[in-house]
Amino acid sequence: MKQTVAKLLIVTSAIVVLCILAVVISHILINGLPLVNLAYLTTDPDISWGNPVGGIRSTVWVSCYLTVIALLVAVPIGVGAAVYFTEYAKVGAFVTALRFAVESLAGVPSIVFGLFGYALFVISLGLQWSILSGGLTLACMILPTIIRTSEEALRSVPSAFREASLSLGATRWQTIWRVVVPSASPGIVTGIILGVGRAVGETAAVMLTAGMSLGFPILPTQPGRSMAVHLYTLAQEHIAYDQSYATAAVLVLVILAVDAAASLIRRRTST
Amino acid sequence: MSERLTDSHPSELQKAKIEVVDLSFYYSNVQALKSVNLAIFERSVTALIGPSGCGKSTFLRTINRMNDIIPMTKVTGHVRLDGQDIYAPGVDVVELRKRVGMVFQKPNPFPMSIYDNVAYGPRIHGVRKKSTLDEIVERSLTLAALWDEVKDRLRSSALELSGGQQQRLCIARALAVEPEVLLMDEPCSALDPIATARIEDLIQELKKQFTIVIVTHNLHQAGRVSDFTAFFLAGELVESGPTEVIFERPSDKRTEDYVTGRFG
Amino acid sequence: MRAAFENDLRRLQTEILKMGSMAETAIAHAILSLQTQDGKLAASVITGDDEVDRMELGIEELCVKLIALQQPLAGDLRVITGMLKICTDIERLADLATNVAEVALRIGKAPLIKPLEDIPEMANIAQSMVRDSLNALVARDAAAARAVCLRDDEVDQMYSQLHAELMEFICSSLSSKDVEQAVDLLFVARQLERIADHATNIAERVIYMVTGMRVKTNQPETLK
Repeated sequence: MKQTVAKLLIVTSAIVVLCILAVVISHILINGLPLVNLAYLTTDPDISWGNPVGGIRSTVWVSCYLTVIALLVAVPIGVGAAVYFTEYAKVGAFVTALRFAVESLAGVPSIVFGLFGYALFVISLGLQWSILSGGLTLACMILPTIIRTSEEALRSVPSAFREASLSLGATRWQTIWRVVVPSASPGIVTGIILGVGRAVGETAAVMLTAGMSLGFPILPTQPGRSMAVHLYTLAQEHIAYDQSYATAAVLVLVILAVDAAASLIRRRTST
Repeated sequence: MSERLTDSHPSELQKAKIEVVDLSFYYSNVQALKSVNLAIFERSVTALIGPSGCGKSTFLRTINRMNDIIPMTKVTGHVRLDGQDIYAPGVDVVELRKRVGMVFQKPNPFPMSIYDNVAYGPRIHGVRKKSTLDEIVERSLTLAALWDEVKDRLRSSALELSGGQQQRLCIARALAVEPEVLLMDEPCSALDPIATARIEDLIQELKKQFTIVIVTHNLHQAGRVSDFTAFFLAGELVESGPTEVIFERPSDKRTEDYVTGRFG
Repeated sequence: MRAAFENDLRRLQTEILKMGSMAETAIAHAILSLQTQDGKLAASVITGDDEVDRMELGIEELCVKLIALQQPLAGDLRVITGMLKICTDIERLADLATNVAEVALRIGKAPLIKPLEDIPEMANIAQSMVRDSLNALVARDAAAARAVCLRDDEVDQMYSQLHAELMEFICSSLSSKDVEQAVDLLFVARQLERIADHATNIAERVIYMVTGMRVKTNQPETLK
């Protein structure tokens, strides 16, 4: 009897979770997709008359630009730090402190990152509102995720591989970069993709560092408005809800695609 | 001296490739090897036997300095390869490991293609030309008696091979860097009897070119495969000599008890 | 450890010793039947040989089984292969005793050409060699086994002497019956000499079992 009740409760909670997800996604897609067409995706937004018209082309571009810069910074540092933790670090106070720092960084709220980014990149370093400021701030935010998943991936590489490599006369360095990291790449890539997902969805931090101006930035020193920020702006101004939904729909689809890619990679490489 | 060499000496005809003199090894404060003296003769197979924990694997790993990667270990004494002490200061461990290769208990091919596995060694030592690498890969796989089985699928993943094939691949990988000595740590213990027999045959072939040292917990494998046998017990080398002598009339009672299975 | 194997080894030794004592008895009875011209005793020696032959097969089977199943090494291997060869020697001992008994039957109640002195003396030495080699086996005593090997010369010398005597008798004798008997007695002496040889073989095997060294009595340097 107790078994059935427990089973029932568990199944119910699973269904509830699925329902929430389904409701949220379908609500956005139903309201937003009708507006999404090729034209929408390929024209820039324009609010010259106070009423937003046009598409979301520049915002898509800005989101990509920001993500690329964030990855260019976070991936080398993140993977490098993970390699340090797994391959080189000896047990000690320094390493413990470093780990604590990484873990804490993971828990910092986005808005705090935004303020930090504003204070450091926009003001102190004089970068002003720019793709660069935004990208760097996003890099800080996704760094802990990349470090954590990369470290896990590196740790799960069997030590037998390292031993085999060393016994063939490889140096430690060669072993890490030719055997360990490539073996761990599925896990590392998963971490990167999760980072991408977060970067694409960030609003507050991006707003405070990359700004909100519409326009098509070429140089990273120029400001820009990302998809998430655009969505927020439209929704806040209580006008053109349908536009917000449309932007949201595109954003949701992007994130779903990103997550699907991550799980596909994970499944294909866990032989 | 804690070991005794029994009387008949085929060793007079062969040169000592490796000479171990008063070798002691410590894991932190625990002494795992106690003043071991042993000669390993070139182009022969020397088997290291003994109960679990007797130090035979530790001893094996001192020959290619694989114990260096374990923290807090200490080595005293000498291990001479062709007369030169491999623990002398300034010795290039990378070069040493090129000359002294190793095959492990559980087959451990890299998660790469068969070709890349075998080419790994030459590549890290600077070989770039594709034709040279092709030649090395074919030669090594042939030496390891695996070429015919995989020549049509060199680019497929090494992990798709059977256990016995994977172990032969690991042997090919070790042979690709053209070592002089091959260390094998219980190479057949994870394999079925047929795969084991193939590798034992392979060892008999390889000994014509290489000096082989094999750790085995299977006495009869030592009997089938080796020319010389060394018996370890609690970190001490109790006795060593030609295999047929150790197996027919060992000098030390401890050896006799171990070999006849009267061990506690 | 290896309790079943130990049991089998003990059983092997028991069987060998049983066979050995049967051979010893056969030799003793054969010589006695010749001395006392006892036809019935001689016949019993001859029929008793079948039992010894059967035992040889049984022991051989046991040895092979132990080799196949237990894969013996070192001391165990030497013991089992040693026993395998010893049981062949013991079987030969019994055959030689049978040969002597057959001579006894052939001579029957006919008067002896001369009272038997040398032959019983040779027989004593040969029998003691057999007994001592089997004792050395039980005690795993290599020194005692070596002593047996050294006595072989004595028997060989006695045989040479007897051979010379009997040949002289044959050459100078006129009675064909006497010559026949002399030839038979020479034959008996020959069997005794071979009994001593087989006892020596057994002793050599014992030395091998204990020390692992292979010795040959006719190469005295190996006996050191």
